[in-house]
Amino acid sequence: MATMTLGTPPARRSELLARLRSGTVGNLARALAGNRKAMAGTVVLAFFAFCAVFPGVLASDNPNAEIYARAAAPSAAHLLGTTSYGQDVFAQLVWGTRQSLVIALVVGGLATVLSVAIGVTAAYLGGIADDVLSLFTDVFLVIPAFPLIVVIAAYSKNGGDTILIAVLVATGWSYGARQLRSQALSLRSRDFLVAAKLRGERRWRIIVFEILPTMTSLIVANFLGAALYAVLAAAGLQFIGLGNPSSMSWGTMLYWAENNEALQAGMPLWAIMPGIAIALLGGAFSLLNFAFDEIGNPALRPVRRARGRRNP
Amino acid sequence: MADAILEVHGLSVEYLTRREPAHAVDNVSVDLAPGEFLGIVGESGCGKSTLLFAIAQLLSPPAEISGGEVLFKGKNMVQMTERQLRTVRWKDYSVVMQSAMNALNPVKSIAAQFADAMRAHGTRSKSDIAARSREVLALVGIDPVHLSSFPHQLSGGMRQRAMIAMALLFSPELILMDEPTSALDVVAQRSLMVQIKELQRELGFAIIFVTHDMSLVSHFSDRLVVMYAGQVAELGPTREVFDAPMHPYTSGLLDAFPSIYGPKVHLDGIPGSPPDLGALPSGCRFNPRCSRSTAACSTTVPELYEVGGRTVRCLLHAPERSDAVAGLREGSRPMTVEAGSDA
Amino acid sequence: MPETSALLETRALTKHFRIGGMRGHNLHAVDNLSLSIGEREIVALVGESGSGKSTVARLLAMVYRPTSGEIVFRGRPLGDLRSRRDVLGYRSEVPMVFQDPFSSLNPSHTIGHVMGRGLKLHRRELGRKERDAEAEHVLESVGLVPARQVLGKYPYEMSGGQRQRIGFAQALSYRPKLILADEPVSMLDVSIRVGLLNVMARLRDEQGVSLLYITHDIASARYVSDRVLVMYGGHLVEQGPSEEVLHDPVHPYTKLLLSAVPDPRARIAISSADIGEPPRVVDPGEGCRFRRRCPVAQEICSHVTPMLVECAPGRAAACHVTAPTGATRTQPTGATRTQPGMPPTSTQAHVEPARPAPGA
Repeated sequence: MATMTLGTPPARRSELLARLRSGTVGNLARALAGNRKAMAGTVVLAFFAFCAVFPGVLASDNPNAEIYARAAAPSAAHLLGTTSYGQDVFAQLVWGTRQSLVIALVVGGLATVLSVAIGVTAAYLGGIADDVLSLFTDVFLVIPAFPLIVVIAAYSKNGGDTILIAVLVATGWSYGARQLRSQALSLRSRDFLVAAKLRGERRWRIIVFEILPTMTSLIVANFLGAALYAVLAAAGLQFIGLGNPSSMSWGTMLYWAENNEALQAGMPLWAIMPGIAIALLGGAFSLLNFAFDEIGNPALRPVRRARGRRNP
Repeated sequence: MADAILEVHGLSVEYLTRREPAHAVDNVSVDLAPGEFLGIVGESGCGKSTLLFAIAQLLSPPAEISGGEVLFKGKNMVQMTERQLRTVRWKDYSVVMQSAMNALNPVKSIAAQFADAMRAHGTRSKSDIAARSREVLALVGIDPVHLSSFPHQLSGGMRQRAMIAMALLFSPELILMDEPTSALDVVAQRSLMVQIKELQRELGFAIIFVTHDMSLVSHFSDRLVVMYAGQVAELGPTREVFDAPMHPYTSGLLDAFPSIYGPKVHLDGIPGSPPDLGALPSGCRFNPRCSRSTAACSTTVPELYEVGGRTVRCLLHAPERSDAVAGLREGSRPMTVEAGSDA
Repeated sequence: MPETSALLETRALTKHFRIGGMRGHNLHAVDNLSLSIGEREIVALVGESGSGKSTVARLLAMVYRPTSGEIVFRGRPLGDLRSRRDVLGYRSEVPMVFQDPFSSLNPSHTIGHVMGRGLKLHRRELGRKERDAEAEHVLESVGLVPARQVLGKYPYEMSGGQRQRIGFAQALSYRPKLILADEPVSMLDVSIRVGLLNVMARLRDEQGVSLLYITHDIASARYVSDRVLVMYGGHLVEQGPSEEVLHDPVHPYTKLLLSAVPDPRARIAISSADIGEPPRVVDPGEGCRFRRRCPVAQEICSHVTPMLVECAPGRAAACHVTAPTGATRTQPTGATRTQPGMPPTSTQAHVEPARPAPGA
């Protein structure tokens, strides 16, 4: 009986792509390591994560303690100077990482879960269910987010961070749902989904185990996009005073800095540094987003010549 | 070849990767006479489409030409700038792609696309454009009323014909075709091939026709190139290659076609699959799958040997193995006296 | 060698699709199709695009429901299958192999995962270890070794030909009676097709499985099938044993198909080619759907839809001109065949009673 042995694999495929899909952490790490943008984003994110988890390592001062000299310039004792209340700006920055990062990740996560649930289900069910869910998505999509955020936050100023997160999730999920629905729709007629149906799989199993795994890169991209949105929007809300002003986060730092005219009063770092931190964290999410795009779609990868080789 | 319209000398194409670049096309040389129909056949991944795109100067990163030259009417296209290429493109040579649905703009009518092409290459007058559009459609057997149709309104065969009409707009001397019939049914395929051949006879252009289906070109091409793993495995007049294939890969390919004629015969195809270009076998690239390989085949890399007007890259036809005395002619390789010692 | 019990039969199977939105036209994908498939035989369903052959496959796989007519599997109409268990049972016995090796396997799962799911759903009697063993066994049956290694691989690591073998292995693991193979080799390189065709023949010979081989390539149909059915524009226009139909075609479309097959060994000159294409059958009237391209079309062909008529034992064609109703054909040897009134055996041509086509 003629048998076929496994010869060398066929035309080159994206090994990174497939390894990514295989899902183990080690493979993911390798995929990220191979991509410059991913490395940059990961490094920044890792640094912020460290600050969030072990703030005491970097900044031993209590960020809220108003015990230092007021409005002091940067020095060895206070790397970024002090605020007009006598708090150490560096400590505030480091300790504030936790809240900003947590909000970004929680909003990113919840918004993505909602996007996936609604978008993919709408695509797979089709028909009336799809129409209803799409209408629902479109309503949220069309509502102008920022004014809505402002209005809701203004009415519930005492709810603090929970309301903030809820509002951001509510305004942040609909765009992703649209995207995911589109992609799921394009997958619907793929043979392996028909094959799964003919195999006798139940619908929910098809959605969870057949469709979602092939959409991981888009889902991750969604998560990163939502996280970025959360960082910026949360900072914005806190800046205009709609967050909890007694909380410790970069946005609140901006709020207090603005209130005390930090830039004019000779404490520019108090206003600038939180802004830079926000930009860096947002940038990290963006870089990772690009990187996942490239990992997921080899055609987008920059072509770099292998070092030193060029055939005559 | 004297008076060749196209000369490809030692063309190589690399795909840049993080590791060693992969040679999709490795040192390919072939000449084309005016009005000649040249078929290039091979399995998926053998480099035939890449070769075609390289000749047409249509490669984009990460693929790039890493060596050799392409002389079209004496001028080396590899070194031409984009601007210089534009004067030659579509006027002197044109390209027909694999799938009309991918190559035609779905939101523009056929007339608009023809007009685009003509304006891009210098024709301005509306009446000239209209007249020529009708002319080329008539050439391929499409009623001019379809000028106002959109691609999706035409059937598959008509779309491919429209693509060919577009390629004929400036009466080029060479048309490069990349599997133009693969999306069609067998009857439409046959009629398109006949049409292409008739047009060639009428208008006298040369054709390079790339396909994975050997039988398709068997009655239409003058010469045939069989490619394997980026290299030329065999090259010669079509009928001779079919009747007496020299390279074991060519005979393997021929034997893989179930026939509707003759008795029903058990076929085995060619075992295994084409090699990964980044991990080529040592010696002859085909030797792991070859039913006639010897010990030498995995150590010696075969050159392209000339045998009676044909060339083949196989140690079975290396001059040293020939029984006859090889004579040396000035400036050329030693030729074996007997042509194609076995099939 | 076909045995006498019909495994699967269709009776006047019809499928129309509504298209055109508001204006509402009917696309006649399949009309009045009656075929039967016996045990241990490979039946080829040959046709070009728009012939309806893929729709037939999907109807038989219960992806679509027929507009009219019925499908009977082992004596039981598919319309009777209601519960999930019934349908699953049918799917165990009549699985499908798909055309596109690059989209028929989920890129996120290993081969082992997919085979495991199939076995879990269709071979409930097997325990975990037995499932693994069975998966390896069927992979070996289709020529993929070492099977254990294959189970751990992802689709991207396998070639097109290997993936199609996995498709057959999956189907085989259900212990099916009939495998519906929807153009399983069309997207493979020509040099690899033969290997898959040999796998199919082995499945019939060694495993006793029947196959419905859907293809547009009549040469491969001849190579692997026992009987061939030719479709055009939603109608079955000719059927019979493969060798006979190919060597002695009756229907003008079959003749056209055969003349268009590129064959390097045939020394035919370039003949004038038919420039037409298969129709998209929307709201057709009565009449033969091939008439516009037919070299022997007559007046009657525009008014009356030809019925499948037995023109020799086991052979039938639907053509007023070459297979008129009531006529018999003489064998090439000169002996007259049996009268048309004889009841056919169920693996032979299913003769239509003389009545106008419904829905035409």
